[in-house]
Amino acid sequence: MTLRTSPEIGGMGHSLKRKEDARFIRGQGKYVDDVKLPGMLYLDIVRSPYAHANIKSINTEKALAVPGVLAVITGETLKEYNLHWMPTLMSDTQMVLPVEKVMYVAQEVAAVVATSRYAAADGVEAVEVEYEPLPVVVDPFKALEPDAPVLRTDKEGKTDNRIFHWEAGDKAATERAFAEADVTVKQDIYLPRILVASMETCGCVADFNATTGKLTIWMTSQAPHAHRTVFALVAGHVGLSEEKIQVIAPDLGGGFGGKVPIYPGYVIAIAATVVTGHPIKWIEDRTENLQADSFARDYHMTAEIAAKKDGTMTGLRIKALADHGYTDAATQPSQFPAGMFSICTGSYDFPQAFAEVDGVYTNKPPGGIAYRCSFRVTEAVHALERMVDILADELSMDPAELRLKNFIKPEAFPYRSILGWEYDSGNYEGALKLALETIGYDDLLKEQVEKRARGELMGIGICSFTEVVGAGPSKHFDILGLKMFDGAEIRVHPTGKATARFGTKSQGQGHETTYAQIIAEELGIPAEHILVEEGDTDTAPYGLGTYASRSTPVAGAAAAIASRKIRDKARKIAAHLLDTNEDDLEWEPGKFSVKGSPTLSKTIQEIAFAAYTNFPEGMEPGLEAVSYYDPPNLTFPFGSYICVVDIDKGTGEVKIRRFLAVDDCGNIINPMIVEGQIHGGLTMGLAPALFEELVYDENGTPLNGNFMDYLLPTAMETPKWETAKTTTPSPHHPLGAKGVGESATVGAPPAIVNAVVDALSHLGVRHIDIPMTPDKVWALLREHGVTE
Amino acid sequence: MTSINVTVNGTEHQADVEPRLLLVHFIREDLEMTGTHIGCDTTNCGACTVLLDEAPVKSCTVFAVQADGRQVMTVEGLAQNGNLDPIQEGFREEHGLQCGFCTPGMLMTSYALLEQHADPSEGDIRKAISGNLCRCTGYVNIVKAVQYAAQKKAGG
Repeated sequence: MTLRTSPEIGGMGHSLKRKEDARFIRGQGKYVDDVKLPGMLYLDIVRSPYAHANIKSINTEKALAVPGVLAVITGETLKEYNLHWMPTLMSDTQMVLPVEKVMYVAQEVAAVVATSRYAAADGVEAVEVEYEPLPVVVDPFKALEPDAPVLRTDKEGKTDNRIFHWEAGDKAATERAFAEADVTVKQDIYLPRILVASMETCGCVADFNATTGKLTIWMTSQAPHAHRTVFALVAGHVGLSEEKIQVIAPDLGGGFGGKVPIYPGYVIAIAATVVTGHPIKWIEDRTENLQADSFARDYHMTAEIAAKKDGTMTGLRIKALADHGYTDAATQPSQFPAGMFSICTGSYDFPQAFAEVDGVYTNKPPGGIAYRCSFRVTEAVHALERMVDILADELSMDPAELRLKNFIKPEAFPYRSILGWEYDSGNYEGALKLALETIGYDDLLKEQVEKRARGELMGIGICSFTEVVGAGPSKHFDILGLKMFDGAEIRVHPTGKATARFGTKSQGQGHETTYAQIIAEELGIPAEHILVEEGDTDTAPYGLGTYASRSTPVAGAAAAIASRKIRDKARKIAAHLLDTNEDDLEWEPGKFSVKGSPTLSKTIQEIAFAAYTNFPEGMEPGLEAVSYYDPPNLTFPFGSYICVVDIDKGTGEVKIRRFLAVDDCGNIINPMIVEGQIHGGLTMGLAPALFEELVYDENGTPLNGNFMDYLLPTAMETPKWETAKTTTPSPHHPLGAKGVGESATVGAPPAIVNAVVDALSHLGVRHIDIPMTPDKVWALLREHGVTE
Repeated sequence: MTSINVTVNGTEHQADVEPRLLLVHFIREDLEMTGTHIGCDTTNCGACTVLLDEAPVKSCTVFAVQADGRQVMTVEGLAQNGNLDPIQEGFREEHGLQCGFCTPGMLMTSYALLEQHADPSEGDIRKAISGNLCRCTGYVNIVKAVQYAAQKKAGG
């Protein structure tokens, strides 16, 4: 993409240093736990040691005797206000605090309010709860057996643990494709339960003013407006009124989807500030975060591909079982219970496909999608990209060649997939060919042959993924009916500087910089003179928030369109100032000039001043615009990744020697930030591939609920990522841009698994479930006689 | 309550604290210096890293009373007279941060590394920051940020 603006203006394509860094590098970021108000009290939560148990009694006497403890809130307290249950964003229901029974280990049971963090923790220790354990359902397959205990006894008439059955595609036609195939391959694939574990845990400071009726809540929220509306809907009957609810999402220490759900702690804190009249701070600790917050994946899949002898893929079939925990709180706004799982045909031109997913309740924490991923795309891509390699193995074909043979061709876009998605643009063979050439694929293949001859284990893995991000369009996406648009409001001030506000909320993506660059691109006002604000519902225009890579596709488009509205008005003012017709003016970033007379011009700064001092008769003063953007379609970023691994035969340790990511996210706003997003996404793809998994025992007790046991990659395990790009603009986005934040999280795990399996393929290994920990790989090596 | 005397970023603070008070809570809540963050409570993530007598420690597992009579340096102490330390510049120039939450701890660990080791290799840097978790950046640009600061300090 050619640059249209100078470095001084800093529009699209410039690697501007980030505006937000000035405060972060000085320790001046303002996160929720940094908020301190006069008279503020602290809230801490009593959590269940059982995965399924009746609550016989809660004795608060000793807790209330602890110095500094002022109150203990239980389900019974909230029941008086009918606040003990709340809706999930999937229109299921979730307990705020239980009255009858608990449904998972670490579920909130009661809350202690005290004058200090330490006193609140002492109070939690002193609350006495008597439980009566009930049979536990941990295994989602057993949850569907006829004799399984029905968990959701609160739901009248519920006779089993099934949440939904969903399917997409023509089942009979797909069956025919399999019956007629030369070759079929089939594999069970499990993506384990993982947790985003942003470095900042979740929490809030809630402050209710009884005189004005105003509730201000600073919270770890990726969707401040949606959360405000949910609070108003849930607690309207006790006097909270939406115009008097101010949700402020200050600086967020990462989000990755984990700060989209409304956790009970927020609601309890709101109840506590209303009851006590004091501001209430609730900050979860890391153990609470890992044991109770919204998880991701937990998808048990059986995937199959049908193909001709020459490798042409003719059918795809995937059956999945989704463990949602005790309620469906997946926070995904699509109208499909399995999210965008039907993107499972990926980058290939499948003539037939059929996918079906059953969602079930178990005695585990609720959640389902929150891990830097657009609503089940990661699961779909993982299954597909593993199966393509398994088919290649079956046919003794090169996996790159098999992909190139089956890719949707560049000229086929816009492409309608058999499962109903309209892909906006793509050039899959372009990305894969660049990746093969850049990494030196042919040389790597030769090296592998030599190494194998020497008994060394080296593998090369490819993944060619297609992402689907940027929800809406509103006809298919909403949260509790709230349509998935997003808002941008831009005010150009008399001196030509601007303030822009958005309904999204950065968690590290750098919106203060990139949104300013979009406006700079469109209006020619230097990005350094554009102040971007987000996260305060009292000031920002309505929007559905930042997750699933939707900020650039949706809010970025709103910024461009609001800028263009301003430019249209600026043109009229310029014509007035230059005493000419609008049609005689031409625009270059930062000024209008008279066609053929370039010296006759007015800068955007001169025009801005005139908008307040010398505007045409009959025109409203001012230079402002708002846009609420409802995208016509999603955007479909894509890429091809190649991973090279060496495996230690003695320990089973997987060492990633090289990892090249070729990404295509359309036109790029800030190359430095995009590369940073890809680095981060790759690392969050590496994490579940090699390290992360939430493990539960047969009683539903989490076995690794802290950072000593739940392993995040450190600088020692993380490879030196290599990146490259192709550019295929989105035809429907005003800037030709697509989302990018999650591409690498989606694309990296299959590339890593494919590399490890490739390293072991000569032993007959065809599949390994993630995480591919040293003990798991070592056991395989032992099984195949490679190591003692 | 125990009386302690702690010097933080060159300023002496006298306070009466509970013996169980963690250093990180003393810094954040008693002294109201919120640049130091809390990410895990188990000495794993390093968001709370400060220097105690010039050595990096995780202040979530140090009691405030253990800092009695000692020198503490936090992220707020890096810039001198309004001038950024090279390590702060490096993180901005090399895009070594995204959400900013791990950044103060990363800065302190990296600062301590460069005080001990003026010209660290990539391996030295990765090892030094291996006790500081970052969920956003993938570490590649953090390594570059530390290299930037090393060069700047060497006059390059």
